[in-house]
Amino acid sequence: MNIMVVGVGGQGTLLTSRIIGKTALNAGWDVKLSEVHGMAQRGGSVVTFVRFGKKVYEPVCEEGSVDVLISFERLEALRYAHFLKPDGIMIVNDTRIDPMTVVIGAKTYPEGILEKLESEHKLYTINAGEIAKELGNSKVVNTVVLGLSAKHIGFTEDEWLETLRNTVPPKTVEINTLAFKAGYEK
Amino acid sequence: MEKRIMLGNEAIARGAYEAGVKVSSAYPGTPSTEISEFLAKFDAVYTEWAPNEKVALEVAAGASIAGVRSMACMKHVGLNVASDPLYTLAYTGVNAGLVIVVADDPGLASSQNEQDTRMIARSAHLPVIEPSDSGEAKEFFKYAFEISEKYDTPVIFRTTTKLSHSQSIVELCDRAEPQDKPYERNMAKYVMMPASAIGRHKVVEAREIKLEADASSLPINRVEMGDTKIGFITSGIAYQYVKEACPDASVLKLGMVNPLPKAMIADFIASVDTVYVFEELEPVIEEQIRAWGFEVKGKECFTKQGEYSANMLRGVIYGESALAFEKAEAPARPPILCPGCPHRSVFSVLNKLKIHAAGDIGCYTLGAVAPLNVIDTTICMGSSISLLHGMEKAKGKEFIKNWVATIGDSTFLHTGVNSLINMVYNKSSATVMILDNRTTGMTGHQEHAATGKTLKGEDTYAIDLAELCRSIGVPRVIEIDAFDIKGLEATIKESVNGDTLTVIIAKAPCALLKGQKFPNVCVCEPSECKKCGMCLKIGCPALTKQPDGTVKIDETMCNGCGLCQSYCKFGAIKKIPRA
Repeated sequence: MNIMVVGVGGQGTLLTSRIIGKTALNAGWDVKLSEVHGMAQRGGSVVTFVRFGKKVYEPVCEEGSVDVLISFERLEALRYAHFLKPDGIMIVNDTRIDPMTVVIGAKTYPEGILEKLESEHKLYTINAGEIAKELGNSKVVNTVVLGLSAKHIGFTEDEWLETLRNTVPPKTVEINTLAFKAGYEK
Repeated sequence: MEKRIMLGNEAIARGAYEAGVKVSSAYPGTPSTEISEFLAKFDAVYTEWAPNEKVALEVAAGASIAGVRSMACMKHVGLNVASDPLYTLAYTGVNAGLVIVVADDPGLASSQNEQDTRMIARSAHLPVIEPSDSGEAKEFFKYAFEISEKYDTPVIFRTTTKLSHSQSIVELCDRAEPQDKPYERNMAKYVMMPASAIGRHKVVEAREIKLEADASSLPINRVEMGDTKIGFITSGIAYQYVKEACPDASVLKLGMVNPLPKAMIADFIASVDTVYVFEELEPVIEEQIRAWGFEVKGKECFTKQGEYSANMLRGVIYGESALAFEKAEAPARPPILCPGCPHRSVFSVLNKLKIHAAGDIGCYTLGAVAPLNVIDTTICMGSSISLLHGMEKAKGKEFIKNWVATIGDSTFLHTGVNSLINMVYNKSSATVMILDNRTTGMTGHQEHAATGKTLKGEDTYAIDLAELCRSIGVPRVIEIDAFDIKGLEATIKESVNGDTLTVIIAKAPCALLKGQKFPNVCVCEPSECKKCGMCLKIGCPALTKQPDGTVKIDETMCNGCGLCQSYCKFGAIKKIPRA
């Protein structure tokens, strides 16, 4: 299983991929993850990979090999869609963050991203920002997205929640559980 | 045994712990930083941040000579700084084991060049060990100490970004408690003056010949025989790409990449029809094999640049295959300064004054790009100050009247202070700006000698940067709030036009430093917004232009620094308490 998590630096892609990786490990699979640290994290386009199976060699997913692509932002979904397999699925958090090239007017933010993606891929969208706001904590956006993604990756809800409990800060277990369920039941 | 999924860097730290390492010194640098952070969690290991890599390596060498297992960690360009002790430590050898972790960055995830540590190791005549995943990282790290002690040599432990920053499964073992080695004075070994160094150079050569002969039987070099039509000689993360792309091929996997196991390689080449050397960056392995007279394929098929991949290898071996989906056109999203970053404030003023900056290594390198466009040069740690000095000496004060040097607090203490001493000594009239955000920012908030905390989190003396500058003789030192844009403007103007060497220390904590409270947010009142776009010129990602031309500020991203408010001439942006 090849999973790719993309987004904008600071959105929590790293934590999301780590939770996926730990859940797969607990289920007995060989697991590898690849992360991005350093300068690229500063508001740039970030990519993490999670691969699990009987035996995993490289820690990255190759273009054209991804089963589940999770994107925290629309433009990033467009940027990395070619990593998907023909029957791969895509989960997109329906939000827009303008890159600096757009803010300063050098480039325009593409229109109709979701329509284009939907015409080519099996696409699931979610407005995790709104859901998180309703839950009263805008910081759990990534957990809402994870909840929706979890259903398409496999494992039981309990397996996911166990990893979540062991990964997020103790004080935030309750709100993260709610956020996960909100995404999972979507 | 407990199994855990670990970052390559965490596995190296675990290996160090299990190997019985007692002293570790390092300077942060992506992708090596987390090794020291993970290692600091073990009470049994003394760990520290040194001001630079040269100091770190010398500390580790001192610990080794005193008789305990020790290590230093750095990124590839850090090894340049540490190369002075490195080359001579190759002569002295060790008492207890000494391992130097060096993290290369093929693909330039967070670096200024793509140099290959194996080239330096070859010229220093040091063995290099390279793992291919976290499990090997831990086990090979322990083995590196055995090699170090058996052959009386420092060992370079090479990782790359993909290895350091990928996670895979590691089985935990207990910590070994190797006996400390007794210290004995040994002038011929540890005092490198000509008479003794001549003798040690012979030892270096003999050691390398012995190690090369033994390399073919080391357990970390292994052959995985498969299809004999095609074979690969590879190491590190590149091995994983080979296994992924060509699972049936024969593979000679090197765990030690210097010196090479000549006999083993000769046997492998003799038993496989076509042999590819698959190594990221420089053709270090390939050129040696060719020099021995063997025919292999290498850099004529594979680039010297960037990271490799299984798809790239498949393309070369089996021919290109089309992807199911085409890569879409999407506007680039390069890294940017964070909302609330104090560097943005300083650069916005420099931009307004049309001042050029000799830049340095850190987040503030991003002051080079649009819309700030301030930094003209970035070479290496500490270079901003010396470059500006060179410019003044080349073209005189007139030329640098619209120039400053910009350098971070951690980088200033790394090697910038030496350059400032040179300015004082050699009568500079330049303006140097220390962007003091009270942390080592880009690598993820490491302490340094001016933060008042050690790597272990203990309180310690915090060097006062202003006092340091004064004490070396800087005649004019000004400390100012990095968000005081009026004050900054006046101070910078006065300094660049004056004839007195000036250090301006612009102070404000990194917006991502923990423990800060941001009680306010900025909001733009659409009815008062004149759509002039002045606030957008500061390049804050929390601000976006709406279809009607007004500006909207994202409340979750904004930390209420108020910089945009300072640039709004119409009072449309207001700072209000966070909801």
